[in-house]
Amino acid sequence: MMLETQNLQKTYQLGEATVTALAGVNIAIDEGEMVAITGPSGSGKSTLMHILGCLDTPDGGKYILAGEDISSLSKDRLATIRNRKIGFVFQFFNLLPRISAIENVELPLLYAGKKETRSMAIQALETVGLKDRMTHEPNQLSGGQRQRVAVARAIVTNPAIILADEPTGNLDSKTGDEILSLFQRLNEEGRTIIVVTHDDYVSRHCGRQIRFRDGKVEEGY
Amino acid sequence: MLFWTIIKVSFKSLQANKLRTFLAMLGIIIGVGAVISMLALGAGAKNQVMERITAMGTNLLVVSPGGDRRGGVRAGSRESLTIKDAQEIRDTIDGIAAISPLVRGREQVTYFNENVNTTITGTASTYLEIRNFEMEKGRGFTVMEEDHTSRVAILGANTAELLFKNQNPLGERIRIKNINFKVIGVLKEKGDQGWFNPDEIVVVPYPVAMKQLFGQPHLDEIDIKANTDADLTQVEEDVTALLRKRHRIMEDAENDFHVRNQAEIIDMASTFTRTFTILLGGIAGISLVVGGIGIMNIMLVTVTERTREIGVRKAIGAKDRDILRQFLLEAILISAIGGILGIVFGFTVAYAIKQFTEYQTVIETFSIMLALTVSASVGIFFGFYPAFRAAKLDPIAALRYE
Ligand SMILES: Nc1ncnc2c1ncn2[C@@H]1O[C@H](COP(=O)(O)OP(=O)(O)O)[C@@H](O)[C@H]1O
Ligand SMILES: [Mg+2]
Repeated sequence: MMLETQNLQKTYQLGEATVTALAGVNIAIDEGEMVAITGPSGSGKSTLMHILGCLDTPDGGKYILAGEDISSLSKDRLATIRNRKIGFVFQFFNLLPRISAIENVELPLLYAGKKETRSMAIQALETVGLKDRMTHEPNQLSGGQRQRVAVARAIVTNPAIILADEPTGNLDSKTGDEILSLFQRLNEEGRTIIVVTHDDYVSRHCGRQIRFRDGKVEEGY
Repeated sequence: MLFWTIIKVSFKSLQANKLRTFLAMLGIIIGVGAVISMLALGAGAKNQVMERITAMGTNLLVVSPGGDRRGGVRAGSRESLTIKDAQEIRDTIDGIAAISPLVRGREQVTYFNENVNTTITGTASTYLEIRNFEMEKGRGFTVMEEDHTSRVAILGANTAELLFKNQNPLGERIRIKNINFKVIGVLKEKGDQGWFNPDEIVVVPYPVAMKQLFGQPHLDEIDIKANTDADLTQVEEDVTALLRKRHRIMEDAENDFHVRNQAEIIDMASTFTRTFTILLGGIAGISLVVGGIGIMNIMLVTVTERTREIGVRKAIGAKDRDILRQFLLEAILISAIGGILGIVFGFTVAYAIKQFTEYQTVIETFSIMLALTVSASVGIFFGFYPAFRAAKLDPIAALRYE
């Protein structure tokens, strides 16, 4: 078992109103799986991803990642887990402007205190097929290329799990397909991948689909 | 994260916003520049004052006739000091290196067609030593010449110039009150001292001045140089006690003479110049603080603007302290570079003051150290709060931030 959640709860307080983002989520994902998370907007998919990615902590329930209970760890420890075990890919790429592709890819390695950052970053860029663009800055790259740099940044630390929140949501269908096949290839190499998506085409190509509705996993998934 | 990487990242983000970075630095540049140039002005003023005071002679006591000044008028007789007073001071008081009786008066001095109206100073042979005069040419007079009322004269640099132009004055005869004096020496230039120009004098032995020039039995001044290891205040007290006794001044009556102590003047002057320096430095220091607030302002804007970047960094594994260090370092870089530019600016201003005004400026290593330390501290102090805010940002909120 790669990760498991037990009755995850998360609520937000918006003035007087209490918004329930997660209302008891139970999921279990095995090593080497590629899972799609789908569901209407506002159903709690991003909230779940943030908790799975250790960016946020649940109000209730348990989250176990690679055998470790995450619910009660310190902020610094969570930062270390994000750095070592998790690779994020966002809808809006979130590359740092003004530094080159390779420097973006190196960033997690620097926070990890690694020495051979350059060669590892080159290798990751090679995996996503962007080795020849490594000195370009993000604003010199197309959307699809930026997302591939983001994927390279996510895999460079060789994390246990890759979390992608609508990675094709901001791309045209052709480049979206390219990113999808990139994920598929990475999955074939044995990486565990969770993708939040609206795109049926993407979800159909994942090994399994989990549907969300109102902060819960829909019946039958 | 590796130190050099943080520096590189910080430099990049400073570079990306050149104008803003420069504006943030401007306060520090002006502040440091002001501190450096104002302290230089203070140190220059101190040097100037001290130079003038030492030119008058060091370890010096000057006794003049008449009591302490009261509302501009001196109490007591203007004719209270005598040669006997001077001799007895020399013979009975400890710690005296040299003493010279002194009379002076303005007279016309002529050499053929040239003439100047200047101060004739009648002194003992020790006078030049007491007043720190050096010889440009020739020699001072001897005790023998003093005793034999020899008519010899030493010229101040300006007087020699006025009377003799390019000619060598040594051995020539000048006339003062129709009496011939042989020029035996010329003094080195000292520079005008404001209230008195030592380069315009003519020095002659006091006996000849008293008897033949001015016809006066009393002295205008007694100059005393104390030994370097002597307590000047003690010597002053001894001189005062002796003169009171000699002048038969009653217990509760006031002195009919006045003693000026060089140490007091130096003390006063250095207290004054120190206050002056602190005042200037303080005003300049305030501009440094204002500069620091400028940095804080810019850093707060930077943090807000780069909220998303902070979120991304945290998402890929930056700890709070990594973020704190990064933004703190940026603030320190701004203030350190600003500090260095400020030193250059301060040097320029100090140089300009020296070139284009009558004030001296002296840049002391101390003030450079001070400016650098203060500007780095300003960076740390005013950079800390924005950096702390950045470090505490919630990564999710930061990632959502548009
Ligand atoms: N920071 C927040 N403050 C208040 N409400 C929030 C916050 N984040 C998410 N929510 C609410 O939680 C619910 C789930 O949001 P989200 O997880 O972003 O859904 P999805 O990603 O499936 O669209 C929504 O109703 C959203 O408005
Ligand atoms: Mg979402």
